[in-house]
Amino acid sequence: MPEQHPFTPQTRRQLLTRIGVAAGTAAMYQAMTAMGHAAGTDFTSPPTLTGARKGTTVLVLGSGLAGMLAAYEMRKAGYNVRVLEFQNRAGGRNFTLHSGDSFTELGGASQSVKFAPGNYINPGPWRIPYHHQGLLHYCREFGVALEPFVEVNHNSYLHATNAFGGKPQRYRDVMSDFNGYTAEMLSKAVNQHKLDDILHPDEREHVLAAMAGWGTLDSSYRYVKSDRVSQRRGFAKPQGGGIDGAPIPSDLLPRDEIMASGLWNWLSFNMRLEMQTTMFQPVGGMDQIGKAFAKQVKDLITFGCKVSAIHQDDKGVSVTYTDVNHGNRTVEAKADYCVCTIPLSILSQLDVQVSGPMKAAIAAVPYASSVKVGLEFNRRFWEEDDQIYGGISFTDQQMSQISYPSHGYFSKGKAVLLGAYMFGSAAYDFAGMTPEQRIEAVLEQGSKIHPQYRKEFSNGVSWAWSRVPWTLGCCSMWSEQARKTHYKTLCEVDNRVVLAGEHASYIGCWQEGAILSSLDAITRLHKRAIGAA
Amino acid sequence: MPAPLFRTSRLLPIVAAALCLAASPRLARADAAANVDAKSAPMTTGADVYRHVCQGCHMPDGKGAEGAGARFPAFAGNPKLADSGYPVYVVLNGFGGMPWFNGRLTDEQIANVVNYIRTSFGNHYTDLIKASDVAGQKPPVPTGED
Repeated sequence: MPEQHPFTPQTRRQLLTRIGVAAGTAAMYQAMTAMGHAAGTDFTSPPTLTGARKGTTVLVLGSGLAGMLAAYEMRKAGYNVRVLEFQNRAGGRNFTLHSGDSFTELGGASQSVKFAPGNYINPGPWRIPYHHQGLLHYCREFGVALEPFVEVNHNSYLHATNAFGGKPQRYRDVMSDFNGYTAEMLSKAVNQHKLDDILHPDEREHVLAAMAGWGTLDSSYRYVKSDRVSQRRGFAKPQGGGIDGAPIPSDLLPRDEIMASGLWNWLSFNMRLEMQTTMFQPVGGMDQIGKAFAKQVKDLITFGCKVSAIHQDDKGVSVTYTDVNHGNRTVEAKADYCVCTIPLSILSQLDVQVSGPMKAAIAAVPYASSVKVGLEFNRRFWEEDDQIYGGISFTDQQMSQISYPSHGYFSKGKAVLLGAYMFGSAAYDFAGMTPEQRIEAVLEQGSKIHPQYRKEFSNGVSWAWSRVPWTLGCCSMWSEQARKTHYKTLCEVDNRVVLAGEHASYIGCWQEGAILSSLDAITRLHKRAIGAA
Repeated sequence: MPAPLFRTSRLLPIVAAALCLAASPRLARADAAANVDAKSAPMTTGADVYRHVCQGCHMPDGKGAEGAGARFPAFAGNPKLADSGYPVYVVLNGFGGMPWFNGRLTDEQIANVVNYIRTSFGNHYTDLIKASDVAGQKPPVPTGED
């Protein structure tokens, strides 16, 4: 049933069309930006660095996205670039565990990925908001195929151990009922004249109309079981065809339980700018981005370089590293400038010759712990039994969430889902477990949402970021105080060295942060190198 | 204000979430849905705290771990533990890549875990500390960004 609108103001689209017709698209874009339509990260276009002095050398430390992008753009600008990488793989935290991969974490535990061929899990970044335009620009430039990543699924589950007897509820039901009850209460307050001190009589009417529509209230402003409400939250007996096709409306969840459940937390989580549709993922795994970047700069990268010192003077930069692929010999690499993308958790422990304030900044940023678990099941029971196609179920158990694959819908055979993704205390706890214990805990917790877990489980793999030798943590975790004191210093060009990475951005823990930080760092380094700053 | 991360009550998710946003260290990373901090096992003894919080980095045997030119420090044979004030400072404030636990662990839990590492892994310090010793060293709780 179409919902009633009390008045029809000029829509934004109508207004924008008029501006566009009258003043051209540039004015329209400006107007759109002013109205908040074109807002995203502050990426506009890749830098055009011109006037580099011939023969100027740059050492880039780290071949994650920030490092590879710095190498790509600086070579394009005419610099002589070399990249030193600790691992024997480019991409950094952008990577994917595929069937057949194996790895050993700090502490010595080894795991093999026993997924069926073609199946994978992204232990690091795994989704890209549409407004991360810097990253998306380079995906397009480098030919990375993207597909939609489903973040919000109204048919997924929300689960709290102590709410509704521990029974998971459909996202749709919680959303409808939470909105409906809230609208009902607000309408009641308005109608009982309890808000007259803040609402102008005209606005009262607008609020009442809005609440009636938003909350699916009846003509008496009540949120009650009805066909109309079930058009939103689903029917007890769904609409059918033919003689017995009449639907039966569904019962509402009790208001006090909805409010006490905390389940509304996850509704608001998905309202964040970062989680809004449309989101993307690379086809075949997040590592397709790292691979596409590496294709551009692979001739510049030396693998197996364990950096121990970064020194500099007025003439240049000298980086000492252990060449782990050639008998651990000590090597000194020299260059005119250095772009250092080594995570601060590592860099803060190296011998780095920078100013005192810069040193303090490098040491001021702790790294979050995070754990992911990938589970392979014999069949897509979440699709076949529960009609869940992509999206995320949330729980207040340690595992925090289940993300269903956003690809391969309706396919037969084994499939992998993200069975846990946690930060904070749960991540500390899980990082302290053995890989076997992590899988067992996630199966136990996940069974509360999907009883099919035990029966359909095939194999699993876990990734604890604090057990990763080349990051010693997941990503930067700024406090407001540290940001105020140290952020600008961290981003400054320190004589001949500049830092880049998600840690030097306001988009921490996202790939976009690495991209924008890198572009900004090399732009300022370039200015310094040509004597313009 | 200490966040009631490890209590169990019916209203825990709501209370914890409200506090997380307001006053405790960043429990929700930008890319995580952990804005309701998950229920963790109750941690009363120092051994509990060590197992559920510390050993993921410092390892179950307290020997730390060696990464790419950097490490998680060992507790076994670490002379910096001689003065209990040092580990209390580090747990409260963090150190380099290690996050702060001020506001995430109670004074009691911090005292217990400091006592635990100073009497385990071959350490035999006898000057145990109390929650009040931690309270005396405590700066304001940092504000996590969200």
